Amino acid sequence: MEYIFAGIWKAFGLIFSLDREVFDITWLSLKVSAMATILASLTGIPAGFIIGTEDFIGKRVLITLFNTLMAFPTVVVGLLLYSLISRQGPLGPLGLLFTPWAMLIGQFILATPIIVALTISATQGIDPRVRPTSLSMGANSFQTAGTMLSEARFALISAVIAGFGRVITEVGCALMVGGNIRGYTRTMTTAIALETAKGEFSFALALGFILLMVAFLVNIFFHWLQGRR
Amino acid sequence: MNRLSLLILVVIFAVSSFAPALAGERLKLSTTTSTENSGLLCALLPPFEEMFDIKVDVIPVGTGKALKIAETGDVDVTLVHARSLEDRFVKQGYGVNRREVMYNDFVIIGSKSDPAEVRKAKTAVEAFQRIAGRQSMYISRGDNSGTHVKELEIWKRASKRPSGSWYLEAGKGMGAVLIMAHEKKAYALTDRGTYLALLGSNKIDLPILFEGDPVLFNSYGIIAVNPAKHAHVNYVKAMALIGWVTSRAGQKIIKEFGRDRFGKPLFIPLAIPNP
Repeated sequence: MEYIFAGIWKAFGLIFSLDREVFDITWLSLKVSAMATILASLTGIPAGFIIGTEDFIGKRVLITLFNTLMAFPTVVVGLLLYSLISRQGPLGPLGLLFTPWAMLIGQFILATPIIVALTISATQGIDPRVRPTSLSMGANSFQTAGTMLSEARFALISAVIAGFGRVITEVGCALMVGGNIRGYTRTMTTAIALETAKGEFSFALALGFILLMVAFLVNIFFHWLQGRR
Repeated sequence: MNRLSLLILVVIFAVSSFAPALAGERLKLSTTTSTENSGLLCALLPPFEEMFDIKVDVIPVGTGKALKIAETGDVDVTLVHARSLEDRFVKQGYGVNRREVMYNDFVIIGSKSDPAEVRKAKTAVEAFQRIAGRQSMYISRGDNSGTHVKELEIWKRASKRPSGSWYLEAGKGMGAVLIMAHEKKAYALTDRGTYLALLGSNKIDLPILFEGDPVLFNSYGIIAVNPAKHAHVNYVKAMALIGWVTSRAGQKIIKEFGRDRFGKPLFIPLAIPNP
């Protein structure tokens, strides 16, 4: 029991003493996950919007596919990516394995289906009158899409938050393709796994609390971005 | 639109902060969990990194996997401890220029009460036979690491094929297995370095029950990945690292490491016994 309190105490100590290693680990986690979420949003929201608002053959299959991909185990994504970017794999010559870029790609793959699937359901919740109204008022199709996305912005920001939550907390893929290299690819979650293995429970717990706090701050940022209602 | 411009600013910031990760020369080293978990590499590598203005990326995994990712050319150099696997690795042409670096030894640890009376064993083989005979709980690494290879070698010599509810294959690193053994009051084979590191910081309170058998000798070798197999490897710097860890200065760091924290060194240099 006492190591839980020791962990909390240590977390504060590490944060307020601005421990260099903890800072680097936190910063790397944030950077990789934020980048992955941004890229996944830039592709996932338009893709989800098109799937959600257009009618075409295979639409339901595609929706089911993305819903399934939301539950794709992170270690399986890690494994598939590993075999692609290992020197033996088709993308081997790029030398991506055991770099932050590999983790970025893995997290992008993990976040995109969530953002697509949640964008689909967000667009389906838009008032059906928005589109014809916007078009009849002389807006072009891009402006109409903008109006529709703006109508759904709360659900869309939730989609982005969900995507970010998936990647900042995942450990399987980052460990496999990043390699948990100190000062280079060691993220908060892989560091927690390592410190637990070493028996440094309070340090691992401290990192866990920091991870929670980071998630909290990011959510506050998004909340502020959503604006007051 | 104020908020949107701030978001764009954050994006630009995140992207630009990625740039330094690309700069500079890097050398990839796959190694065992024991060298990383004990903290040795944090003492041994920084002088080398400074000397050659290079970053060494340490990928800590079990010996089996460390050799595997060296085989596929995903690292430049590997530091491992399973002689039979290392020799095969070199013989098959994946690695060149193997050097002995250091050694420590394996010990058998377990709960103070010692239900299988391992303390009375004369040899490591007998100790394992006692554990199997009593069906006392034993935790195996089960991850094809150097320690796991050694466990299997001893079981083979004991002509026992361990199985049953008393034999747990953890599939984890050395530190994690020791903590499991501590929680479950079980027996385990461990390298002395990791054991001392965890004992010294009060993570475990299991005593050493058996030690000293020559079969428990645990030597670490460093091998460069063969540039004839993989054209892209940083062979020259890999050789420089081999040079550094087997140099007088490198061996001296190994000899001194852990003396202040644990009272005795965790590893004993082998390339230059008296650096």
